[in-house]
Amino acid sequence: MKLKQTALIGATIAGLLATGYASAQEQFIGLASYRVGPFGSNGASLYGGWIDYMAMVNARDGGVNGVKLTWEECETEYNNARGVECYERLKNKGPTGNSVFQPLSTGITYSVLDRVAQDKIPLVTIGYGRTDAADGSVFPWVFPMITTYWSQASAIVNYIGSKEGGMDKLKGKKIGLLFHDSAYGKESHAILDKLAEKHGFEVQKIAVANPGNEQQAQWLQIRQAKPDYVILWGWGVMNATALRTAARTGYSRDKIIGVWWSGSEEDTIPAGDAAKGYVAAGFNVAGANYPVIKDIQTNVYAKNAGNLEDKNRIGSVLYNRGVVHGIITVEAIRKAQEKYGKGKPMTGEQMRWGFENLDLDSKRLAALGATGFMPDLKISCADHEGGGKVKFQQWDGAQWKVVSDWVESDRPLVRGMIEESAAAYAKEKGITPRDCSKEM
Amino acid sequence: MGFFFEVLIGGLLSGVLYSLVALGFVLIYKASGVFNFAQGAMVFFAALTFVGFMEVLPGWTGLEAGSRAVFWFAFVLSLGAMVVLGVLTERVVLRPLVNQPHITLFMATIGLTFLIEGIVQAIWGSHVRGLDLGITDEPIEWILDSADIIVSKFDVFAATLAGVLVASLALFFQYTKVGRALRAVADDHQAALSIGIPLQHIWAIVWSVAGFVALVAGLIWGARSGVQFALTFTALKALPVLILGGFTSVPGAIVGGLIIGASEKLAEVYLGPFVGGGIEGWFPYVLALLFLLVRPEGLFGEKHIDRV
Repeated sequence: MKLKQTALIGATIAGLLATGYASAQEQFIGLASYRVGPFGSNGASLYGGWIDYMAMVNARDGGVNGVKLTWEECETEYNNARGVECYERLKNKGPTGNSVFQPLSTGITYSVLDRVAQDKIPLVTIGYGRTDAADGSVFPWVFPMITTYWSQASAIVNYIGSKEGGMDKLKGKKIGLLFHDSAYGKESHAILDKLAEKHGFEVQKIAVANPGNEQQAQWLQIRQAKPDYVILWGWGVMNATALRTAARTGYSRDKIIGVWWSGSEEDTIPAGDAAKGYVAAGFNVAGANYPVIKDIQTNVYAKNAGNLEDKNRIGSVLYNRGVVHGIITVEAIRKAQEKYGKGKPMTGEQMRWGFENLDLDSKRLAALGATGFMPDLKISCADHEGGGKVKFQQWDGAQWKVVSDWVESDRPLVRGMIEESAAAYAKEKGITPRDCSKEM
Repeated sequence: MGFFFEVLIGGLLSGVLYSLVALGFVLIYKASGVFNFAQGAMVFFAALTFVGFMEVLPGWTGLEAGSRAVFWFAFVLSLGAMVVLGVLTERVVLRPLVNQPHITLFMATIGLTFLIEGIVQAIWGSHVRGLDLGITDEPIEWILDSADIIVSKFDVFAATLAGVLVASLALFFQYTKVGRALRAVADDHQAALSIGIPLQHIWAIVWSVAGFVALVAGLIWGARSGVQFALTFTALKALPVLILGGFTSVPGAIVGGLIIGASEKLAEVYLGPFVGGGIEGWFPYVLALLFLLVRPEGLFGEKHIDRV
């Protein structure tokens, strides 16, 4: 009898625990991250910032309307096959399955493009991935948000134009493009060719073979060609090597404009003094002096719950970029809850609505403690990019200093190219684009 | 013509740096007949350990951060770490595999690569560090002024260092007892053991010397582009050098390096524009493969003769 009673009590407790677990108000976010391998250093900072932001939301606000954020990392090592493996491993976890997939790799993005549509999981690619996926009518599940490579290239040309005293002054100028010889590096070619044609400047494209730790030949070519500016479209070791070799060949660093994957402390610190004066684009800025970062320090690091071992990296470009990823993810959850029920975990399909209706205007950014930290952002069914603005920062030898306001891209030109490319993709794949006027 | 010489000289100097990495491969191949796949990982291990010690030593010892004392202290400790790594590799990986086919040893070094990469990042972290050896990477002014040719002070220093290292090792192999024992071990493990050569002892020495070479290569390459995971890729630059120079020749490594360095730079500048550029990653391999057709043992490699 006693045994029976004990078994009954045990079963009741187990049942209660199980019920409690199943009904736990948790929003699961699968993180296909990379902390080892060739780009592990970049991944560690970025995922550190992202996780810290979510931990801060849990600690400060008790989650999103009471829904705690949970996450699990899966190491991809920036490898496509592992990325797909992680996608599959994470997709059914949590009460509603993985609600968003953000692999931080253009290669992995392409590898899971068809799967996300099938599984109804939004694929968010902030500052990377397939540019024409910004056309949400053709790519309903993909969100290359804030700005795409094409917008960035256009904003860089606009910035150079402003430095020269107007876009008309670009006529006859020579702009070098030192690019990583990969699909990522070649993303810029089409838009730069169009912009060169429009503004009358010349583009000299110079490829750097992966990994880019040897660039003597390229910089000697640049020395001979004497371009007015060089756009550095690199990744990983290629960036520091470019700056070191530029210094060696006497090319002025303040005439080198890096893209956002070439503009972090991971690129400038290894280059030492050679990086002084170098300018890079970014869709977020560096610095720990923003309320959102201070909130992380107060609510997370003060309680020894931070993700980074090296606290000096808080406020670095990539750490802050991770925080931007966190903000966008959390705000999409919040938006989706407004429609589908506050205090409930959201499914991938509901999250997609959240992303498509995201509106981070200056008022909302101020409330988030992120004024000036990232650009305002408004996503719609048709426009999955939502802004296209970048800021420029200059390395002073010790830290990044903002040297511009948010610079717009040539939106009509870029959007035209996006729609043209997306239409060609839709035709090739037999996709009927959504009618966005009917989407709510 | 000045531009041609500029590219050529830059290529030759880069080539010497490739030789430095190739040297580590040659040492181990000479001693064990094994192609050490882990050489690139050893370069990364050595450089990261060095900068790691540079960071923690001021806190441990009270020495001034960035001082010469810290530099040399870190160098000695890193060298010690490389010796420990070499001895452990001999004890744990190679000793159980004596007399096994070379392919087995080669596979073991592949495993060792991932182990070394994982361990060193677990100890010191994976973030990128700068490394300043105190030699500026600027053009030598009088050459620039007189001939308008850029020759980097840093590259000249690195090339001189590599040259001294190669000469010392060539003499070591040729004229010392350990060097001769080493060559005997490379020829035949069993025969060397039968005449009383302590195989394990020789292997431990060679792996330690290869560790020292990896440390020097790691510091030079780390100072050029930062101490980061990409240092493991320096091994890719050494492979065509080895094919060209021969796997068993120390001077071959240096000559191979010069040929590869100069030809890849010239090819990038003069052939690259016709094929879209970025060819210096694969051009040395094409060159090495073509060379293999003519002289399979490499320029200075030992010709393999089988008696029937």
